[in-house]
Order: sequence, then structure tokens, then C-alpha cells
Amino acid sequence: MQPAIELSGVTKRFLTPSGGVYTALRDLTMTVEAGEFCAVVGPTGCGKSTTLALISGLEPPSDGQVDVLGKPVNGIADGIGYMFQADAVFPWKTVLENVAAGPRYRGSSARDARAKARDWISRVGLAGFEDRYPYQLSGGMRKRVALAQCLINGPRILLMDEPFSALDVQTRSLMENELLGLWAASSASVVFVTHDLEEAISLSDRVFVITAGPGTVKSNYKVDLPRPRNVAEIRFQPHFIEIYEEIWKDLKDEVLVSYERQKHSGAA
Amino acid sequence: MVSLRRAEARRRLLMIQGLRLLVAVVILGGWELGVRAGVIDKFFWSQPSAIGAKLWLWVTEGTDLGTIWEQILVTMEETAGGFVVGSILGVIFGVVLGRSRLLADVMGPYIKAANAIPRVVVGALFAISLGLDIKAKIATAAILVFFVVFFNAFQGVREVDRNLIANARILGARDRQLTTEIIIPSALSWIIASLHTSFGLALVGAVVGELFGATEGLGELIYAAKNNFDAAGVFAGMALLAAIALVAEALITALEDRLIRWRPPVATETRI
Repeated sequence: MQPAIELSGVTKRFLTPSGGVYTALRDLTMTVEAGEFCAVVGPTGCGKSTTLALISGLEPPSDGQVDVLGKPVNGIADGIGYMFQADAVFPWKTVLENVAAGPRYRGSSARDARAKARDWISRVGLAGFEDRYPYQLSGGMRKRVALAQCLINGPRILLMDEPFSALDVQTRSLMENELLGLWAASSASVVFVTHDLEEAISLSDRVFVITAGPGTVKSNYKVDLPRPRNVAEIRFQPHFIEIYEEIWKDLKDEVLVSYERQKHSGAA
Repeated sequence: MVSLRRAEARRRLLMIQGLRLLVAVVILGGWELGVRAGVIDKFFWSQPSAIGAKLWLWVTEGTDLGTIWEQILVTMEETAGGFVVGSILGVIFGVVLGRSRLLADVMGPYIKAANAIPRVVVGALFAISLGLDIKAKIATAAILVFFVVFFNAFQGVREVDRNLIANARILGARDRQLTTEIIIPSALSWIIASLHTSFGLALVGAVVGELFGATEGLGELIYAAKNNFDAAGVFAGMALLAAIALVAEALITALEDRLIRWRPPVATETRI
């Protein structure tokens, strides 16, 4: 079966405000198989979010090729869901209107879109909150709205950019479990970017470690823990700890490199 | 517990109303006494009793230009007309230029130049080109409103959160949907915030437009009073303008509350 996502020798450069060139990613090669849940970890500023932007089509690569579902990416691809780190639910729309937005943009009638939205709203546990505005919801509830908004379109590829990093630890665990539950019911391939190695291993089938910027794939590790998983309890399994230690050795070097660089650029 | 708080709040409100009344009494009373004692010159400053009498005269017997209601109506028409025209044009131009980098860069210097001209003076131009009828006054009011609303809409459009636009595009929004569903609602808070000042400006524009030549309206009434050295008349006209502005202010605030229901209420906001 063809891979869901293929990045081949991708390089991404940005122009800095002072006119210089900043290379976010250099020669990055990565493959996500169909139905696979992949986590991407790396130090701050290594280009993890840029990778998601390239897969989604929001940004084109400067060099190299990005293929999604067998076709090269050209502009925003169909069948992609994206969950942002900061709140991207629309503050002036109610919960119902937010979740119904995707189907409406894609041509559903308002009535069909709303019916579908109600279904998804109850699936993420927000039944009864349809007519609230985002400012009236807690952080975790807003994330659930974002999740429903994203999944209602039935995406084949799910891109998630540290979606739960702004939540407190307990809510984060709950959301991670909910995510796994909702994902298991679909057959989507997921790319989940995070700083948190524990989160990465708990959720995924494979973990990619990105080097300090300009980012490239340093290594990838298969996570052969059984599913279904309970995120809160899986971290106590001995095999989990083995995997964690192995990946951490790799990740630690990159984190230190990145940290040193920041210290020097601060002093310079 | 709740009833105690409510009683407290009511007491506070009564105290504030009482103090407000006290301020009015002190100022008006001081003014009136000052004139009667000869300390304030009645010729230049008039006195509250004379102003009150003038207002009463206008209401009961009408002004030299017609009934007072006709004057108010005319000025209101000019103000409302200028406000609507200026706001609509301001929003359209603001959104179009906000969306199109190219247009914004090309038209930028021209708009800045036009903005730099003391806009009130443009009223003279309109008086010549559009004559002495209501169109010239509406145009003067509209141009004052236009620039304020335009800059606010422009800025509002440019400052839309990038994440929201990215999210909408990934969910499948086309360009037109982006503009109507994301950009305009997002810019709306900027635009509505500018409506308060722009209504005030529309009123100014209407009155100034009348000063450049008119046969009716509150501005013309004040102008005629000035020509007759009727200080009471000038103050009376000003009082009426102030009353109109306050009523409009309340209406716009109500509109704002209705349209921006999705904003979290600001904790420090006080309702006056």
C-alpha cells in the first residue's frame, strides 16, 4: 500500500526581516505509512511546525518533493485536517457554527452541516454546549471543539501541532485518550508534533527525532506497544521505559545543541 | 447575600446620580449667579435662564427658520446620510485594500495625501459642486466619516489572526468565504469601535456643511444666532446638538453589544 505522506529531500528556506536567509529544514526525508500514527519530536526551533506546513500545502518547499496520498502537494490539499497549537476556533461563531464550518465550506447545506456537527459535538463530549461562544469555554473544551471541527471533514491525514501543550497535565491526559479513541474509529494517518517525549511514545506507532535547526531527520523508532492504549497507565510499562530511554539518548544531544546555540546567539 | 449586594449597588447608583445632579446645579447655578452679580458678562456668555427661555421659545413658537423640529430633522437627515454613506464606503475600501497588497501599496500615498487635507475645508468644495441642498452636507459628513472608518477597517483586515485564516483554508474555505466569514467578522470589532467617533464626526460634518451655506438646520440656526449676537441662541443650539449626540451614542453602544456578543466582557468596563 502506498505511503500516506512522503517527504523527499525537502529543504525550506525563509527570508528574515533583515534580508538574510534562514534555513528551517535541510534535506529532510520522512515517510508516513497509511493508517500510521507518527510523532515528531525535536528541540525548539528545529522546524517541526514547518514540516506540518509543508505537508498541508500552506507553504511550498524550497527544494525537494512532498507527496500526500500519492500525489505531489500543490496548494492546500484535500482530505487534510490540521489542529493548531494556539486556539484557531473562530471566536465569533458558536460551538455549533464552528464545528459545522468545514462541511459548509465544502458545499453541504446549512441543515446537513448542523446535523453532522451536533453528532460530532456529542462525540467529543460537548453535548449541551452548542450555542456557547469560545470565550465561555475552558481551554480543554476549546480543544475539543477544534478536534470536532477538524475531524468532521473525515480527513485521511491529520496534522497536529503540539495541540495539547497549552493544557494542564490532567486535561492533557484526558484529551490524549480521547484523541486515540476518535482516531481508532477512523483510518487516518497522523503526524503529531510535540516537545513531550512521553506524549509522543504514548500516542504513536513511530517516533521521528529531528535535529536542531536546520532540521533533518536524525532517526526514527518503532513503538511496538499494544493497542488500545490507556495514556495515563502505559507509561508504567517496562517496555515503555526502555523505548523512552533509547529515544531520549538521541533527543538529548539535539536539545543540548539547540540550547547552546541559543545561549551563544543571545550573547552575540 | 445577593440581596445585600443589590441593595449596595442601588445605594451606590443613587449616590452617583445625586452627585451628578450636584455638579449640574453647581455649574449652572454658579453661572446664573455669576451673571446676575455682574461677574460674568451676559452679552458674551449668556445665562442658563436665558438659554432655557430660548429653548422654550423655539419649542413653543418655532425659530426664524421654521419649527425647531424641522431644523433638528434636517440636521439629522444630513448626519445619518453622511454616516451611512461614509461608513459603507469606508468598509468597502478598507476591506478591498486590506485584502489586496498591491492595491494598498499603489493607492497608499494618494490616500495619505487626501487624509492630510483638513477635511472640513472640503465642505467648501462640496458647497460649490453640489449646491446648497442636502447633498453637499451629506457629502461633507460622509468624507469625515469615510477616513476614520476606512483606516479602522483596513487595519482590522490586516490584523486578522493568521492561524484563523490558515484554519479556514484547510477546512475548505474559498477566497470569497474567507472574506465574508473570517476577515469581516474579525475586522468588525475594529470597525464598530470606530463608529462612535465617526457618528460624532458625521454630526460635525453636517453642521459645518450648513455653515458653508444653508437655509435650514441646527448649524444654520446657530450661525444665524451668531450673526445676531444672540449668545443664548448659540448655546441653545449647542445643547440640542449635544442631546442628539448622546442619544446616538447610546444607540450605537446598544448595536455594538448586539453585534459583538462573542467578546468576553471587559472587567473594568463601566456603564455610564
